[in-house]
Amino acid sequence: MDSVAAAFLGMGMAAAGFAGAGIGIGFIFGKMIEAVARQPEAEARVGKYMWIGFALVEAIALYGLVIAFIIMGLRK
Amino acid sequence: MQDSPLHPFELHPYVDISLFGLDISLNKAVIMMWVIIALATWFLIAAGRKRRLIPTRLQSLAEMFVEFIQGMILDTIGKQGMRFFPFLATLFIFILFANLIGLIPGSYTVTSQIVVTAAFALFVYAMSLVVGFAYHGVKFLQILIPPGTPPLLLPLMMPIELISQLARPFALAVRLFANMTAGHTILAVLFGMVISVPLIPVSPGVKIALLIAIALLIASRHKVLAATGILGLVGMYFLIAVLVSVIWLRWLPFAFTIAISVLEVGIAFIQAYIFTILTCVYLGDAINLHGHAEEAH
Repeated sequence: MDSVAAAFLGMGMAAAGFAGAGIGIGFIFGKMIEAVARQPEAEARVGKYMWIGFALVEAIALYGLVIAFIIMGLRK
Repeated sequence: MQDSPLHPFELHPYVDISLFGLDISLNKAVIMMWVIIALATWFLIAAGRKRRLIPTRLQSLAEMFVEFIQGMILDTIGKQGMRFFPFLATLFIFILFANLIGLIPGSYTVTSQIVVTAAFALFVYAMSLVVGFAYHGVKFLQILIPPGTPPLLLPLMMPIELISQLARPFALAVRLFANMTAGHTILAVLFGMVISVPLIPVSPGVKIALLIAIALLIASRHKVLAATGILGLVGMYFLIAVLVSVIWLRWLPFAFTIAISVLEVGIAFIQAYIFTILTCVYLGDAINLHGHAEEAH
């Protein structure tokens, strides 16, 4: 397999790792909706933590994207 | 046309300046940074010029901004954190303006360069270390020991905690850089699709048939019939070959670019907020060690 084909495969596999981030983000926002439904007064405090949690989970997906870019840069 | 998707991030120098072998030439990123500084300075100075008791809109915008940062600091660090207010407010407003200005077509997103975000992250982390050692001396190393671990586990916990500490500036830099780069790469790819989706081809036989029909209409010498016939045929050709392919097919990636641009505005705000609040958390760790921020509202 020449290196360009292997690079494409590698990039695709790195992109497949975003599934975990999708699950994580869905989980966080689902829990937030649940929390606000139980106690609407808590929205401000819990909302602050929700945005922090969302950014941290999305960062993991973007580490995968960075790996894909590294592979793209290293081919040939 | 098949450029690398990272093509929009290339920087070309306008004026080459070299200082002791380091390349500090003027390029679009440098000019954008000047624009950001000018805008932020103008906004804050203009908002605070006349301090009315009932604020104007610009002044109340700046007041909301100040209260926002103040609330963030008091929540995470406590009263002593207010001495870092100028630093944190500057950090927040610079990253926010840098992210937002990058969305204007033709400009450049400064925070999409890993150099810029790594400089911010390293400075912030170094600051938390300096503050920690200044406040607590050598005892600052307690931060590596989570509260309540039995002493037997310490040789295992300390390297793990050290690694998670060292991951902080790295994560801070990569999070902002990757968010901005990914957003703009998606926009670049989608805009490319708007152009590169092909028009519906019309076969030469249809074109010849149309020309013959037009010629017959003109030869019939029936003015009204010829006029409406030619208009109808040319109109239908235009409709099918040009409008349908452009509007039917190319509207879809264009609608996506609109949606993703709106998302990018939200992400710009969120990423600036996340960077600043994580800075507050790291500074709060350094000042309070493992304690809690005092409730000081």
